[in-house]
Amino acid sequence: MSTTPSSERADQPGRRRVVLVDDHAMFRAGVRAELGDAVEVVAEAGDADEAVAAIGRHQPDVVLLDVHLPGGGGGEVMRRLAGAGPAGSPDTRFLALSVSDAAEDVIGTIRAGARGYVTKTITGPELVDAIGRVAEGDAVFSPRLAGFVLDAFAGTIEVAQVDEDLDRLTEREREVMRLIARGYAYKEVASELFISVKTVETHVSSVLRKLQLSSRHELTRWASDRRLL
Amino acid sequence: MTTAAPRPPAAEGYEPRRAYRRTGDRWLGGVAAGLAEHLGLPTRVVRVLFVVGGVLGGFGVLLYAGLWLALPVARPEDEPAGLAAARRQGKRPDATGSWVDSGFVVALVVLAVGVALFLQVLTGWGLGWWPALIALGGVALLWRQADEAEQERMAGRGRLGTVRALVGQGGTAAFARVGVGVVLLVLALLVFAVRSGDLSVARDMVLTAVLAGAGLAFVLAPWILRLARDLSSERAERIRSQERADVAAHLHDSVLQTLALIQKHAGDERAVATLARSQERDLRAWLFDDAVPDGGTIAGELRRAAAEIEDAHAVPVEIVVVGDRPFDERSRPLVLAAREAMANAAKHAGAPRVDVYAEITDAQAEIFVRDRGVGFDPDAMAEDRLGVRRSIIDRMGRHGGRAVVRSAPGEGTEIRLQMPLTATDQQERP
Repeated sequence: MSTTPSSERADQPGRRRVVLVDDHAMFRAGVRAELGDAVEVVAEAGDADEAVAAIGRHQPDVVLLDVHLPGGGGGEVMRRLAGAGPAGSPDTRFLALSVSDAAEDVIGTIRAGARGYVTKTITGPELVDAIGRVAEGDAVFSPRLAGFVLDAFAGTIEVAQVDEDLDRLTEREREVMRLIARGYAYKEVASELFISVKTVETHVSSVLRKLQLSSRHELTRWASDRRLL
Repeated sequence: MTTAAPRPPAAEGYEPRRAYRRTGDRWLGGVAAGLAEHLGLPTRVVRVLFVVGGVLGGFGVLLYAGLWLALPVARPEDEPAGLAAARRQGKRPDATGSWVDSGFVVALVVLAVGVALFLQVLTGWGLGWWPALIALGGVALLWRQADEAEQERMAGRGRLGTVRALVGQGGTAAFARVGVGVVLLVLALLVFAVRSGDLSVARDMVLTAVLAGAGLAFVLAPWILRLARDLSSERAERIRSQERADVAAHLHDSVLQTLALIQKHAGDERAVATLARSQERDLRAWLFDDAVPDGGTIAGELRRAAAEIEDAHAVPVEIVVVGDRPFDERSRPLVLAAREAMANAAKHAGAPRVDVYAEITDAQAEIFVRDRGVGFDPDAMAEDRLGVRRSIIDRMGRHGGRAVVRSAPGEGTEIRLQMPLTATDQQERP
């Protein structure tokens, strides 16, 4: 991923405007330093209230959002902004940046509307790349997150034959997710499967969509399989 | 045991000093130890005073019994959180010696019998004292057991059920105590009845006692129920505080130790990174993994292998596992080959990290070990490269699996391991 610095992106409209939400000031300072000049950090926030206010005021491209926050967590921030309607921030994308990679947190955050989920061990260049990708509307999956998705859908394969649900991963989507879980960058996935990077991103986005909007039945099953309910 | 426990003085001010029974330092009920601490006397002196008081007209025994009834048990939570957690997890020894305990009880019984016989010889009262003495012994044993159960409840081991409330987790000894106590009580009644020459008296007495007990229970039921409710809410509170204590203990064992080590190695960047990484792995497993990494499954074994490689070579190994199944002889070569592949990647590739992905289905297991390091030309691989050829490719081949090495100079390396697993199932099923 670090092989594609965001400056190579042709249609980049200046630097991305980012709001940084985390309750640890030290961590915010660290991320700011790591990001350097690659993006423009327009505001920082330490809890859910501050975050909602700052996002409403600055209308950033991307919000880097911790999952665990005082005042309701990252999911709560997204829900409140969604509830604010068009006055909220329609074009803002959310990228969760969390120390936790527990299934519960990942699922909750993706369902609340985040377009990506990366853990805090990510390197600076990878984070810049992820911000750029999310800003363009694509999804960002870490290998571990892809593993979760595969695991989740693998657990319900037997039901699939009975259940003529459309919300399944296609063979191609599974293949893409497997490669991502193996640590491949999108570009490498594309050359491995002889498809374009754009197609890879489409597949990943549709996986994310299915994850978010698949039938209530399936999500309940998924959650109960993982003892989340 | 002979000296008063060196406890820190309680907070100054108007806080009333309360006496407790020290069940951790006890021969019978912990009354003497608790009283000694309260009065600032040596425990042995208090004990001698009780015994003297007991021999001289039984006052000591009555006082002891009264205090046993009245004094609350000192709570083990007086300890710092980490130490209490360590005790609960069995990492610290309990102070009680059971042999001393029973020895004293035996001595007390023998003494009581001797005194009774002596009185009998001296005054010719006959059997008049026997039922009372036996009953006293029975009651003492039952109280003793109640203490044991209460202490365990305080320490919060296990759930509280009816049986648990009675015997705790003492096992044979607890049941023996309760049984012998009840037998002694019944025996006392029988002796009394035989002595009075009329069994119907004994029957009437038992009936009266049972009726009175039932009546009392009926009247007191609301209070008893409320007490039980209070008790359970208090228990919930205590469990929460114990969880906090366990967190504290874990932080002490892991994070604090690691931070100390990091301070010592502050100059050595590599050592610090390794320490921090292993600590992260440990905490992550503790916080987020619901499955216990006991190594009984393929995923568990793989994670363990990855952790070992990570520690040995100071290269992060990111492992993602989809699906799982029990670890057996058939999957052993697969895990060993994967381990060798990880070791190679960590040692030779010079990559910042190693990605491992495993997909385990009913039919087969596939493992991909990938690095973005220097890479090499597999065709030009020298015959003496035993690691890859013997440990990975040949091993997989021997056990019915397949290994493919994909690499090119500058492109990194990916080793794909694939092992069919259905054969094991068919062997095991019949």
